[in-house]
Amino acid sequence: METSTLTAMYGKFAAVKAVTLQFPANQVHALIGPSGCGKSTFLRSLNRMHEMSIGGWVTGRVLLDGEDVYGPGVSVIQLRRRVGMVFQRPTPFPTKSIYDNVAAGLMLEGKLPRAELDEIVERSLRRAALWDEVKDRLKGSAIALSGGQQQRLCLARTIAPEPEVILLDEPTASLDPQGTQRIEELVFELKKDFTIIIVTHNMQQAARTSDTTTFFYLGTMVEHGPTKQIFTTPQNEQTEAYITGRFG
Amino acid sequence: MVGLMIGAVIVAVLPLIFILGSLIVRGAGSLSVAFFTRMPVPAGETGGGVLHAIVGTLIIVGIAALMGVPIGMGAGLHAAEYPGSKISWTARFVADVMNGTPSIVVGVFAYTLVVAPQKHYSAFAGSLALAVLMVPMIMRSTEELIKLVPNSLREAALALGYARWRTSLSIVLRTALPGIVTGSLLAIARVAGETAPLLLTALGNQYFSVDINGPMETLPHVVYKYATGPYEEWHQFAWAAALVLILVVLVLSIAARIATRQKFGGARG
Amino acid sequence: MATSAVPAVHDRAARPRSLSGSSRHDQLFRAILTACALAIPVLIVMLLIVLVRGADPAIRKFGLHFIVDSTWDPIAGKFGAFPLIVGTLLTSLLALVIAVPLSLGVAIYLTEFAPEMVRKPIAMTIELLAAIPSVVYGLWGVFVLMPILRTAVFPLLRSVLGFLPFFQGVIYGPSVLAASVILAIMIMPFIMSVSREVLLAVPNSQREAALALGATRWEAVRTAIVPYARSGILGAIILGLGRALGETMAVTMLIGNRHEIVASLFAPGYTMAAVIANEFAEAQDRMHFAAMTYVALVLFLVTVIINAAARLLIWRVSRGAGSGGKEL
Repeated sequence: METSTLTAMYGKFAAVKAVTLQFPANQVHALIGPSGCGKSTFLRSLNRMHEMSIGGWVTGRVLLDGEDVYGPGVSVIQLRRRVGMVFQRPTPFPTKSIYDNVAAGLMLEGKLPRAELDEIVERSLRRAALWDEVKDRLKGSAIALSGGQQQRLCLARTIAPEPEVILLDEPTASLDPQGTQRIEELVFELKKDFTIIIVTHNMQQAARTSDTTTFFYLGTMVEHGPTKQIFTTPQNEQTEAYITGRFG
Repeated sequence: MVGLMIGAVIVAVLPLIFILGSLIVRGAGSLSVAFFTRMPVPAGETGGGVLHAIVGTLIIVGIAALMGVPIGMGAGLHAAEYPGSKISWTARFVADVMNGTPSIVVGVFAYTLVVAPQKHYSAFAGSLALAVLMVPMIMRSTEELIKLVPNSLREAALALGYARWRTSLSIVLRTALPGIVTGSLLAIARVAGETAPLLLTALGNQYFSVDINGPMETLPHVVYKYATGPYEEWHQFAWAAALVLILVVLVLSIAARIATRQKFGGARG
Repeated sequence: MATSAVPAVHDRAARPRSLSGSSRHDQLFRAILTACALAIPVLIVMLLIVLVRGADPAIRKFGLHFIVDSTWDPIAGKFGAFPLIVGTLLTSLLALVIAVPLSLGVAIYLTEFAPEMVRKPIAMTIELLAAIPSVVYGLWGVFVLMPILRTAVFPLLRSVLGFLPFFQGVIYGPSVLAASVILAIMIMPFIMSVSREVLLAVPNSQREAALALGATRWEAVRTAIVPYARSGILGAIILGLGRALGETMAVTMLIGNRHEIVASLFAPGYTMAAVIANEFAEAQDRMHFAAMTYVALVLFLVTVIINAAARLLIWRVSRGAGSGGKEL
């Protein structure tokens, strides 16, 4: 996945300014920066969620396998099945069971045989490290789970339809340290199968989990590079200031 | 100052106790199984029942709900899902204005539209009038309840590849459904007690009838007819019918409110 | 890019992946919802058209003179709605005079002073009062309220205020004043619950600012909260007025139904809604129907204007709070 001079607007305000970036496959890419720097808006532009916001529109291009996702005739539905997303707060569907939550994305493409559905649900829950905790109550309510479990359930729901890219928008912001650790371990595991782009407020999280890191400030992409380099020898003063905690 | 206000609160609560008390004291004595299963008896005799009116109310209100609930829900969903649109704003404003339109005026409307051309009274015209009264109420309650569904749920469904329509129906509407059902029950309860529009449409009927093209008896009309009649037995009958009517309306209202509170206690955000 | 890296863990991954597709279903869905939403404005326009067409013969014959003429003679085919309009306005305004102070007192007490445990039960009681059907109020009014008024309250009023022309003459049971009292009881819950919502929509900062300046709670209510909510409270009162103007059953049962204007409030009168309820089913003559439809049209226009004004006033206060008095 890559972007080319991607600019995301709210009405007349540019939240993201002409960002060009490449996200090689099977790596974890972290987007960092202070609040309001545009990193979340940038992320939401990748699966066209930004346009759902009031006044949201974009210019520039977002390429998935070389195809412009903002091109004419592109179905946002097809796009979002290939680019999954997990949000800041866990968002299990409250009226659906645990099983149905995981299967929610799969049901959209028509009926699958029961056995195959069972198999995918189980595998997705295993990959989200949730299977052992919920295998006895798959028909139970999803909102009865703890916050961390709910977030892993959302992760399982996102990976079930086999997207290519997973967008994580501060996925651990509402979790306790233990829940955070589980998610971070999962991110590391999952990059074998997916390209992962993660927005985070937490510098240690970026340093621990990602292969590349991009620093955003005031809507512009300030610096991009291998995570190790960004955290040890940043080229830009602002990046260094942010990483060392002098602002933000 | 506070003493005065406590007095005001007594003024607020007293009428309910007074009215319910009168209904129970004067109406309960006439209630019996026969009241629900029999037809009225001629003036001068005691006993008899309001089976025809209970069935009539169920039919007329049921048909009204079949017409009014889907339209009201659709309009409410529209207002909540496309809040910025001009149509939503207009529908919301007109619905609020229509909620204050006298029901008798809606009765004249249904009379002119259905009864006058047919040249006979009809239960269907009554249903039409009640549906017109119901739509704005259901629209507003649906909208308010859908607004309580966190936007993050909508986003999660869209991000998963749900189409707008599927997100609206199977996630947003589905999540708000318990509240919407109770809101609709509340609207149904309110129109079930309406009398004025039925005077011009369903009129009333001494006999048992399920013909929606003809006149039909209803509970509120029984209360009116027997309360304004000259006989003491009729007045007894009116009190008993009013007690049944109020029980239906209050039970529906109380159940609806309790259910809504429980489901949506902390759903916002 | 990413595709080749996705392991073919099961054959679903092998299905062709493209980005194309259409959103026909979304358009259809939106069209259906739009039709439902449009049904509401269409309905109000239809109401207007149907009423105007039904009233047409009377509008042609009597014109605007209808509003100031006092004749109501179905046999001669002559109609004027002046007594009805006066009766409607009189009962509604009297009802407001009785209901407004009490309702506002309750609303202010509930939002600003009442202990938490009292608020919900009283609010619930008010909502239940609003749910009682009009015909039940009428029944109760005729058999419980009216005897009390006739034997105790009206004689007292006559002996104390009898020097005024409004409180002179024979005391009948059914009367303008009896109808006004039942109307007051009926509209109080509406005024209470709408003004309560408006008061709840007043930002807490207003309250705290006044209290921080050293105001007592009562001074805070008087100087900060009520002024802030003023237009919304006015809206609630106007909404109550709209209710009272169109209220039919209870008024029909208590007002005595006489086409006359008498100074005494103890005398019977008539209202627009009551005349329709009483005479519509028995009318024979085309002009009689047209005249009553004309009355309905006037009533409709008056209540639409009043409700629109009330809603705009309420929205001004509670715009930020989301709800402008749902279900009322």
